[in-house]
Amino acid sequence: MNFETPNIIPAIPEITLLSLACLILVVDLFVKQENRIITYLLSQASLLIVFLLTLFTFTTETQFTFSNTFVRDSMSDVLKLGVYISVFIVFLYAKDYLRQRDMFKGEFYVLGLFGVLGMMILISAHNLLTIYLGLELLSLSMYAMVAMQRNSKAGSEAAMKYFVLGAIASGMLLYGMSMIYGVTGSLDLAEISQKVAEVSDQKLTIFGMVFLIVGIAFKLGAVPFHMWVPDVYHGAPTSVTLYIASAPKIAAFAMLMRLLVDGLSSLQPHWQDILIILAIASMGIGNIVAIAQGNLKRMLAYSAISHVGFLLLGVLTGQQAGYAASMFYVLSYVLMSLGSFGMIVLLSRKGFEADNLADYKGLNERSPWAAFMMLIFMLSMAGVPPFLGFWAKFAVLKEVVAADSLLWLAVVAVIFSIIGAFYYLRMIKLMYFDKPEDTQAITADLDLKVALSTNSLMVLGLGLLPGGLMALCIAAIAH
Amino acid sequence: MPDNMQTIYIWIVLAPLIGSIIAGLFGKKVGRAGAHWVTIIGVGVSCVLSIIVFKHMVFDGADPFNGSVYTWLVSDGVKFEIGFLIDKLSAMMMVVVTFVSLMVHIYTIGYMHGDPGYQRFFSYISLFTFSMLMLVMSNNFMQLFFGWEAVGLISYLLIGFWFKKETAIYANMKAFLVNRVGDFGFLLGIAGVLMYFGTLDYATVFANTDSVVGKTIQIIPGSDWSVLTLICICLFIGAMGKSAQVPLHVWLPDSMEGPTPISALIHAATMVTAGIYMVARMSPLFELSETALSFVIVIGAITALFMGLLGLVQNDIKRVVAYSTLSQLGYMTVALGASAYAAGIFHLMTHAFFKALLFLAAGSVIIAMHHEQDMRKMGGLRKYMPITWITSLIGSLALIGAPGFAGFFSKDSIIEAVGLSTIPGSGFAYFAVLGGVFVTALYSFRMYFLVFHGKERMDEHTRSHLHEPSWVVTVPLILLAIPSVIIGFIFVSDMSFGNFFGDAIKVLPQHDVLGQLAENYHGPFGMILHSLVTWPFWLALAGVATAWFLYMKRPDIPGMIQDKLKFVHKVLDNKYYVDRFNEIVFAGGSRFLGKLLWQNGDVRVIDGVIINGSAKTVGWIAGIVRRLQTGYLYNYAFAMIFGLLFLLGVFVLA
Repeated sequence: MNFETPNIIPAIPEITLLSLACLILVVDLFVKQENRIITYLLSQASLLIVFLLTLFTFTTETQFTFSNTFVRDSMSDVLKLGVYISVFIVFLYAKDYLRQRDMFKGEFYVLGLFGVLGMMILISAHNLLTIYLGLELLSLSMYAMVAMQRNSKAGSEAAMKYFVLGAIASGMLLYGMSMIYGVTGSLDLAEISQKVAEVSDQKLTIFGMVFLIVGIAFKLGAVPFHMWVPDVYHGAPTSVTLYIASAPKIAAFAMLMRLLVDGLSSLQPHWQDILIILAIASMGIGNIVAIAQGNLKRMLAYSAISHVGFLLLGVLTGQQAGYAASMFYVLSYVLMSLGSFGMIVLLSRKGFEADNLADYKGLNERSPWAAFMMLIFMLSMAGVPPFLGFWAKFAVLKEVVAADSLLWLAVVAVIFSIIGAFYYLRMIKLMYFDKPEDTQAITADLDLKVALSTNSLMVLGLGLLPGGLMALCIAAIAH
Repeated sequence: MPDNMQTIYIWIVLAPLIGSIIAGLFGKKVGRAGAHWVTIIGVGVSCVLSIIVFKHMVFDGADPFNGSVYTWLVSDGVKFEIGFLIDKLSAMMMVVVTFVSLMVHIYTIGYMHGDPGYQRFFSYISLFTFSMLMLVMSNNFMQLFFGWEAVGLISYLLIGFWFKKETAIYANMKAFLVNRVGDFGFLLGIAGVLMYFGTLDYATVFANTDSVVGKTIQIIPGSDWSVLTLICICLFIGAMGKSAQVPLHVWLPDSMEGPTPISALIHAATMVTAGIYMVARMSPLFELSETALSFVIVIGAITALFMGLLGLVQNDIKRVVAYSTLSQLGYMTVALGASAYAAGIFHLMTHAFFKALLFLAAGSVIIAMHHEQDMRKMGGLRKYMPITWITSLIGSLALIGAPGFAGFFSKDSIIEAVGLSTIPGSGFAYFAVLGGVFVTALYSFRMYFLVFHGKERMDEHTRSHLHEPSWVVTVPLILLAIPSVIIGFIFVSDMSFGNFFGDAIKVLPQHDVLGQLAENYHGPFGMILHSLVTWPFWLALAGVATAWFLYMKRPDIPGMIQDKLKFVHKVLDNKYYVDRFNEIVFAGGSRFLGKLLWQNGDVRVIDGVIINGSAKTVGWIAGIVRRLQTGYLYNYAFAMIFGLLFLLGVFVLA
């Protein structure tokens, strides 16, 4: 057996980020607390570097390396770019929040970067083991981040729950992988796909597939594997919630695509039915329970669950266009999610988390611009034109309608999104028609304000000109 | 330089929008001066660029521009897009809108001085300018409708600007509701266009009119209606709402509850003329339906004469001007009905200047009188406010059509065109517009004499403080007075009797009354000389003389007339009981019907069962399901296991 040097070129961004993250880990040890900003700047610089690396080596052809365990294609590049951007925004939004609460430590950034690395591996995985590797790297970073506020009971509790449930989900995923391996004798997604198509009795593959889907659904937060979502979103510091609620959704989408579309495409009719159940349950539970929440973070958690339901709709059509629509959906959702959690950060201050719905009463009187930005995010999430969220829903629904005999599903989705509109509109009512209870001035650093304004204007701007992002998603899926 | 021009078009609409956003959302930060500067600069840029476009179109003779700037959505072949159609018609409208708007912006600094809603006001009027520009520059029905609704919304917001004033809230609600009626018709008209033409693009619709001529539709089974007539009348109903034609005129006098600058900008010069503009723009459709034209001319004639009569009995200075606006809008509508679109638009333009002038002058008087609007408490203001006096006189002369002034050329064109028209109803219209001339002169100069001449009837305190307001008020007056004198003289040859608008306005040969008039037209001086031997001149003179006699020479006579003609006075004073009728029949009737449906339909069925029922169900489910979120880890794990087993059970075992 001769050892071949693997072609490391396609994995250059991953390798670079790994080196940089290790470097920051070491540098951070020697940085005094008052100079912690250095760690922050280095982390942002690392993200910028890998962003540029990925952008300038953007590929339109599929490249395999490391014995086909790692793949790089247009979809992975676009998703990775999305991950960098959203984590960059997370770090930026979180800076002041962390500072005010004595949490401005190197751990947040190093863990965050390792999480990004995990996401990148997950996105580029072409082997069951690579998927597991990426998933665990991401999850372990996130468990630790949730627990970062050590003396917060809610934070520790959330981290504990997340960890235990995550472990169960990982176990199930691994079990499913072993079943698939048992049937096909391979861990390589392409080979699996080929072999599964040849198997005559699919019982065992379906058995394994169900376990795989449980693992994915947990990561996405689809009902009934969603129980961790509200507790973790709520219990974690808002800076961490920002992180959890954004980029990992992109990675989870990639995981869904890799496992089901790349690996088990021949079982599409079967996983379609499972995803339909998950999607309806997620849209239903997410939208209905969100109404009963008085805490904005919890409300957004349930809203995230309902958005996952919508996201599944595109994938389950089993069509290229449907995948592209879902990809568009996940990217749009991340942008809106960042903005809404960013608003919580903007309004919070030391000793005040601004995460209750009542804290938003009369926001328009206190700051018309802040209220207007929140209005954009809420309307966009509700799917009101001309905002980005409208196009995301429109794209997905269009594909569902185009698919055979799924019209009823589109109708169900629309009904649930109408129910969902209630709690988004209630926010607007609170902001514009109620008297403010909190009268403190809203203070925030300029960079946060500028970034958040850009974020909201992008949600509006991309809603007015959705063509570019849409074309990008379609091209990324097609290659 | 087409690329260049397209950039200019975009900036014309964007500049006021940006100003409005800054003044509206960041009003506290930029402060009062910041708000007025940023909006004035925005509108100023827009005005200058509009003038450039006008020059480019009219003097350099550029071809009309028709192109879409941005397509938002294509659904089933129907495009939702923003596009511009820039020809001489829209170029002229753009100049009028931005110029008057600029004057009003400047004037507002003086008028709203000290008002707590200062920034909000500037934000609104800038936003109005943006919306109005979008409306006139549109090349499709979709954008037209959006602009139409946007100006309506801002009109609503501005009438109720002083939202703590009971009457203002009543007035804006009324304006909103009445406009709903008009807009409903308008929307039906647009829907008709979409249904029969399959597109919302002007150019495509106008090019395909032949395919729809002769088509009929059965709305009530058994009666065939011409599709074109139906579409035109529906569209015109929209115009009746926006341009305040009888019987949808009732909101306009009440809209005077808003601050005076917006009365000038929105409720005299620009927004209310949107209906006129729209009909002129749709001339290729209206020309094909004689029935619709006949409908238009009769409605216009009624408005022109009867609304003018109401001006005679008003004592509130702004209301007199408001009724005069109604009557003048009637004149424009009559012109449209007589297929003299060009004359109607010409009158629209001259009217925008002199009516904005009259309103702003009235506002100037109101400032000086410490927000007293009753003319019975004025008098003799001439010596205290010379600039306001002379500009008001110019405005009034232009309004009554004194030979040489702007209004003379446009109004005489209309009257003569109506005289030649053969559309059914034109005989009545001719009588109405002639009678209107006398009435116009009478109420205008009644107001003029009551305010600026005669005994000083105000109290001592007010008199001692009377003076001309600051330059921000007087400069716009002067700048508006100039076009009120000369603009008619300059443009009459082209607009009324030349082919100024080119292809923008289409007139069938058998309707071309202006073309017939043009054969006997010998320049503006000829027109002035000729007018001395025609009815309008002598009627106007008689009106002025009557006003002078009644209000200067023998002020006791009006009271006597009032006593003798109690019945007539009462009818006029109650505005023909239209408001009362609306209140009892429409408002009361719909309240009754609403109550009936509300209690039986809504409360019991819809609210009780469907809405509250479903809301309760949703709330109930939410209450139950949220309890599943117990917070206990083992419950969560159980849910996952349960989910897994369920999926296995369904998909593997089954």
